[in-house]
Amino acid sequence: MHIKQEIAERHVLTLTVDNEAGTLARIAGMFTSRGYNIDSLTVADITEDHSVSRITIVTKGPPEVIDQIIAQCERLIPVHKVTDLTDAGPHVERELALVKVSGAGDKRVEAMRLADIYRARVIDATVSSFIFEITGGPDKIDTFVQLMRELGLVEVGRTGIVGLMRGAEAS
Amino acid sequence: MAEKSGAEILIDSLLAQGVDTVFGYPGGAVLPIYDTLFQHPKIRHVLVRHEAGAAHAAEGYARSTGKPGVVLVTSGPGATNAVTGIADAFLDSIPMVVITGQVATNLIGSDAFQEADTIGITRHCTKHNYLVKDPSELAAVVTEAFHIATQGRPGPVVIDIPKNVQVASTEYDRHGTNSSKRYAPAGDADFAAITKAVELLATAKSPILYTGGGIINAGPDASKALRELAALSGAPVTSTLMGLGAFPAESDQWLGMLGMHGTYEANMAMNQCDVMLCLGARFDDRVTGRLDAFSPNSIKVHVDIDRSSINKTVHVDLPIVADVGKAIRQMISVWNSRKRQAAKLDEWWSRIKGWRSVGSLNYPENKSEIMPQFAIERLYALTKDKAPIITTEVGQHQMWASQHFHFDEPNKWLTSGGLGTMGYGLPAAIGAQMGNPDALVIDIAGEASIQMNIQEMGTASQYRLPVKVFILNNEWMGMVRQWQQLTYESRYSNSYSDSLPDFVALAEAYGWKGIRCDDPAKLDDAIAEMIAYDGPVMFDCRVTKEANCFPMIPSGAAHTEMILHSDEVSGTMDDEAKALV
Repeated sequence: MHIKQEIAERHVLTLTVDNEAGTLARIAGMFTSRGYNIDSLTVADITEDHSVSRITIVTKGPPEVIDQIIAQCERLIPVHKVTDLTDAGPHVERELALVKVSGAGDKRVEAMRLADIYRARVIDATVSSFIFEITGGPDKIDTFVQLMRELGLVEVGRTGIVGLMRGAEAS
Repeated sequence: MAEKSGAEILIDSLLAQGVDTVFGYPGGAVLPIYDTLFQHPKIRHVLVRHEAGAAHAAEGYARSTGKPGVVLVTSGPGATNAVTGIADAFLDSIPMVVITGQVATNLIGSDAFQEADTIGITRHCTKHNYLVKDPSELAAVVTEAFHIATQGRPGPVVIDIPKNVQVASTEYDRHGTNSSKRYAPAGDADFAAITKAVELLATAKSPILYTGGGIINAGPDASKALRELAALSGAPVTSTLMGLGAFPAESDQWLGMLGMHGTYEANMAMNQCDVMLCLGARFDDRVTGRLDAFSPNSIKVHVDIDRSSINKTVHVDLPIVADVGKAIRQMISVWNSRKRQAAKLDEWWSRIKGWRSVGSLNYPENKSEIMPQFAIERLYALTKDKAPIITTEVGQHQMWASQHFHFDEPNKWLTSGGLGTMGYGLPAAIGAQMGNPDALVIDIAGEASIQMNIQEMGTASQYRLPVKVFILNNEWMGMVRQWQQLTYESRYSNSYSDSLPDFVALAEAYGWKGIRCDDPAKLDDAIAEMIAYDGPVMFDCRVTKEANCFPMIPSGAAHTEMILHSDEVSGTMDDEAKALV
């Protein structure tokens, strides 16, 4: 007998939650204990009084598992609302990455030129290195990082995705 | 406003919740609470012998009274010992509030004496949990904890209170407690969905009501409503292990329990029905058997208060998220206002009659040894007039009890269904007896399970609780042995109950009465002696050693592939089936 793998689709979930001790552990731990995947996770408080946080989770699973994930999130006491951006329709997803590249000569010039094309900003520079700041969808960042690999990539830091519904309504 | 210590605020908040019984065990990190308890005789503290016993006793109290069970234990080992009972209450949706002591806030994280990360350990086996770092939060936390534990789908809530928070004081006014209203579970059902469910039920040719523990949790009126809906529709009724008693076993419409050790008629009717109305049950793997063969041609309606139960394992056609008692009441009112008549179900009932005639609960007669099924039958026959509360441990005896003991009322059947915790029965019986001092409370046990919390005999002695422990002693972990016989060609790896104590002598050592019986002819008299005794009794019922529990749906099989008798046992299974155990 062998363990079977299931076909999964990617979903971006956004949760508003009480900003209190243990909420993140409760949500992240629930994913682990029930065997769900987390591809990326971001969290920060979003209200004036710091009482509510938004958590954005990118997960993978078959449609019925995604539905379970949402139901299990909603079941947690500190969770106010869960929106499946992927299912809900038009939405924006953005991620920020810091990309450190070191090199000299042609490679350094090429890195600068590509950064310009990708609208990445230089936020730190030495005679032998740059740190670029780039925002965008995950595909754009993937591609940029891939290009930098050939031009002296040292390291990358990524925030994970945040997302909101398009239009006037709250997510 | 007067200043009170955290411990005083806690006890006053418990009193405000109407708590009169607490199951617990003292220790260093709860000494301030125990000192306050000492001065509050209104709360009766039941001193258990092990913290697992406290949690199961609270479950038994909760399940038999409908009120939340309350547990008080110390930090570290006190809390970790209670975890099994907490996990048990989580899976069986039992309302429970567990108060654990914790080391002082300045010591948290320092690996202090008797420190454990109780909040981390219990995070995924509680409905919610709290670490209270300031006594001023305590009253609101206790209020919210009881609200969460009892409302919606009930469950356990842990409140972890560091020792310095118990000692520190703050201004307190019981009536000034503001609790957040952030938890608001579903109540009434969607009217359109209810109407659709009624139409489906009224026009079905072969409907079935598949009920579960949710009906019991929804309160006594839900059981009444279920009876009315069954009478209106004429549909057959089956139930999960957790739901037994919600519908009377004496009714003609009762098919018996369904699932792995359910009756042939219940499982065949589930497989062949055209409309399945699932009320407060959750399509557990012990109920469904092989999923792709589960009731293939039915339209499924699922009423559950927990949205995450819907479509978890089985896809349903009409989900209704609501309190099941309210939803059934709504169905009855729609049924009546539309002047619906019960459909003609003669053909369906004649098919069910055919399945019934198989006699799936029959077992071989034995004049020289006590058959375990016979023992349960006699226990039922001799106690049913007293409407006893039955608790069980986990294993063969539990299944035989569910098959051969019959219940006509809710809150009389207390068993560990979801987690399957051996050692549940005796402490649960103690809790049930505390909540129902005049009831006859019997723990139907196995000789292996009873040893898992046998220390609680001392608790029953101390509080003069006349619980009866009826042990079906076959000298085997019977269900393990049965699976080994069926799946592993009778290689009985570590399933023999060696070095058993003399249960009669043990009973006497604890000040109980001990009775032993191994003769079917003398069984009735021995049971009568047990019932008549005004105190705790341990009954060592020596039964046939290698009886198997049938009928049985083997692991990975469909409802239609039940094993009815032992001569059909094959003795081996493929890996796919083994993995599903």
